[in-house]
Amino acid sequence: MGDTLSLEEINQKYPDVLREIGNIGAGNATTAIANMLNLRMNMSVPDVQFIPVEEIGSAIGAEESLVVGIMLGVEADIQGSMMFLLDMPSAHRLVNKLMMRDPEYDADFDEMDLSAIKEIGNIIAGAYLNALSGMTNLTITPTVPSVAIDMAASILSVPAIEFGMTSDSALFIKTEIDDEVGIKGYYILMPEGDSYQKILSSLGLPV
Amino acid sequence: MGQMIKVGMADLKVCKAPDNLTTIGLGSCIGIAMYDPVTKVTGLAHIMLPDSTAIRANSNIAKFADTGIKKLLDDMIKAGASKTRIKAKIAGGAKMFDVGTSNLINVGERNAIASKETLRKLGIKLIAEDTGKNFGRTVEIYSENGDFLIKAVGRESYKI
Repeated sequence: MGDTLSLEEINQKYPDVLREIGNIGAGNATTAIANMLNLRMNMSVPDVQFIPVEEIGSAIGAEESLVVGIMLGVEADIQGSMMFLLDMPSAHRLVNKLMMRDPEYDADFDEMDLSAIKEIGNIIAGAYLNALSGMTNLTITPTVPSVAIDMAASILSVPAIEFGMTSDSALFIKTEIDDEVGIKGYYILMPEGDSYQKILSSLGLPV
Repeated sequence: MGQMIKVGMADLKVCKAPDNLTTIGLGSCIGIAMYDPVTKVTGLAHIMLPDSTAIRANSNIAKFADTGIKKLLDDMIKAGASKTRIKAKIAGGAKMFDVGTSNLINVGERNAIASKETLRKLGIKLIAEDTGKNFGRTVEIYSENGDFLIKAVGRESYKI
């Protein structure tokens, strides 16, 4: 490390490249969900955010709002994690759609629902990381996903801590999706250590 | 009626009764509440990581158990608290996800251990704790009586 670029420098120098990573990864993942559920989904222009770790808890909305977080480790040529976050109404709509239930059904998630959410996580992460892998020629494999339903700040403390180990700020590539029935979600890619540098150098960019 | 003052992530604050302190959504982080029952000087720190010496990005001392708790104690003494009377309560340190890249393995547990160790070294008595498990916690410390209220999703609030 040392003479390679810091996260802050990467953010300043390559914002378009980071946005493109979000675009391709999230684009592929969104298509995967849309196909699985037979929905038409829209995706925002990815937002590359360089934020102080102290502010991560409110990065996607109110700190105490209830969200569903699906988290996976990212392994092989790069390390880190990725998270897919859904607000509660969206998570219910997604699961209802997948389980072919009434769209208004909103009882607490049971074991089956939770494994459906995990499966959504698997598909999304697989599609996102495949795209990233195809773009960079790096081998990138996801671990088994884990689901948590809790306050946004508590869930986001996990990436905050992960970034907090090496930096006072976090570099998030955040992409928002929505659809005609109001499913709203966020992808957050969190490479750790020198993984950002590896991604950029594999794209032929000097780091 | 006092104010409820908010402490952010990697942050610490001191107040006096009738004011009280809160921090929202502790996940793997730890909330360390300390109070002096006589002067009613109260402090709350929201630390993220166990050890400032293990990490390069350590300029924010409130981010770490070792440096954050020490600073909280110093600030409380400056505000009129007596070290011999100060008592501590801690909460948080959950394992939010059952997955961890190498870095994140048991960081909640390590935060709890480091917080207790720092309190012990500083000679501050830990009288209650609610750490571990897999859920987030919002905490409130009341200066008047040292009650430490813990709120979690889908659970009744409880005091320790």
